[in-house]
Amino acid sequence: MQGPVYFDIAHMLAGGLVLVSMMMLYQDRLYALLNVFALHSLLLTLSVAWQAFIQGAPHLYVTAAIALIFKVVVIPVALHHMIRKLGIHREIETVVGIGATMLAGIGLVALSIVVMLRVTPEADPLTREDLAFALSVLLLGLLIMVTRRNAVSQVVGFMSLENGLVLAAAGAKGMPLVVEISVAFSILIAFIVIGVFLFRIRERFDTVDVRALDDVRGRRRK
Amino acid sequence: MVLIHHLLVQIVQMALVVALAPLLTGFVRKVKARLLRRRGASVLQPYRDLTRLLRKEAVVAENASWLFRVAPYLIFAATWVAAAVIPTFATGLIFSWTVDLIAIIGLLGSARFFLALAGMDVGTSFGGIGASREMLIATLAEPAMLLIIFSLALIAGSTQLSTIAAFMTYPQVGLRVSLAVALIAIIMVAIAENARIPIDNPATHLELTMVHEAMVLEYSGRHLAMIELAAMLKLLLYLSMIVCIFVPWNLKGPDAGYAAYFTGFASYLVKLIVGGAMLALFETATAKMRVFRVPQFLGAALMLGLLATLLRFVSRSF
Repeated sequence: MQGPVYFDIAHMLAGGLVLVSMMMLYQDRLYALLNVFALHSLLLTLSVAWQAFIQGAPHLYVTAAIALIFKVVVIPVALHHMIRKLGIHREIETVVGIGATMLAGIGLVALSIVVMLRVTPEADPLTREDLAFALSVLLLGLLIMVTRRNAVSQVVGFMSLENGLVLAAAGAKGMPLVVEISVAFSILIAFIVIGVFLFRIRERFDTVDVRALDDVRGRRRK
Repeated sequence: MVLIHHLLVQIVQMALVVALAPLLTGFVRKVKARLLRRRGASVLQPYRDLTRLLRKEAVVAENASWLFRVAPYLIFAATWVAAAVIPTFATGLIFSWTVDLIAIIGLLGSARFFLALAGMDVGTSFGGIGASREMLIATLAEPAMLLIIFSLALIAGSTQLSTIAAFMTYPQVGLRVSLAVALIAIIMVAIAENARIPIDNPATHLELTMVHEAMVLEYSGRHLAMIELAAMLKLLLYLSMIVCIFVPWNLKGPDAGYAAYFTGFASYLVKLIVGGAMLALFETATAKMRVFRVPQFLGAALMLGLLATLLRFVSRSF
């Protein structure tokens, strides 16, 4: 199915995903960050479902359902639970200020748009722009991981990065269902492993600030 | 004959914005009061306040210069000129070809400049605090507004508000990400520019938080009436601007008949009521921000303006 309206809605949802990624950079409270992450995943679900509808690809509905169950409900709820159990500070410490982070984010979005439009001049316009947005979501997820000191918000950055991957996979026609499901489950496994690690870090250092890990390394080096 | 018709429409528009501005403010206050389960003053209360202020004697501080007396009229005049060329019920107003969006921002900027000068003129500490905070907000809000204008101009191919409004009614505009981002950014800027709640509370006189009120603390009588009316006009101006860019339905062209103008006017009123109610709802639901968080808020608006400009390049072209 093609037509300006179908295209516009797909474009709107993918662009909304970039916008919500920027919102995640702006948040400075952990609970608010988790809620924004749930919104991010919800938008991803809608976007993938819309792609399934316009491409006529029923297996994408499965991807959308996986995103809805795990990323909108299970992971945010589990993280909420974890924060309560860890009893950590709810404010997020950033490495640099929020303004500078957002500026870097805009730079990354510009970079991914420039790169994607250069490399894929003859692809289908819908796929092309979807890929540009997916690359920016991915890079913004990386940026969140790099600029946050709190391990929980790094997990959120990792999850939003994975949302970008799924968006790219939904845009590029022909990603097999098996690959998508295995990606989704490996993310879930990664989440569980990270969760265990978080509790271990907390037990050991009384904080989830990852700077504590640097100190440990430093002491060994002496 | 055509010229007279056009002039008449322009004069109606100029009278309309001044007449409607206090009503909009009164309406927003009323809705806010009802949301807080208070009864609230009548929607006509701002008119009564203004006439009372006009009747009262103007008290001027001993060491006030001529600037203090002139500033209220300059502020009001600049805001009125800017408000007179925004398409409210009709596009293509005869004066609108002299002023585009960038010039409107310039007019509002000069009004703000005089307000800050007047705040510092008497030399009280509150005036100085208010002026410095106002300038802090302005230095961030104006570039954000300009970036939003650039992204709109890139899409519509013009900085002329009438042309943009006419362009937005075409069906091929469709849904656009950059327009959505620009809408969010322009709302953030409008909230900051009009001293509404997360940035500044229009109803407060608490020393720590006031921005706009701190600057006009020394004014009384007809001077205060002018400044208050200018502030109300500015709120109407921003709301009309957002409405005419993003919901330009039922705007009439320059040569429409009187019946067409009437339906245009009715739909404008409906848009204002919806916009005012949404503003009141938003203000009731949010808490005021610390002054030092304001740069972050406006920085986000600036980034969104930039993002809107960037996303325009991946949008479907015409």
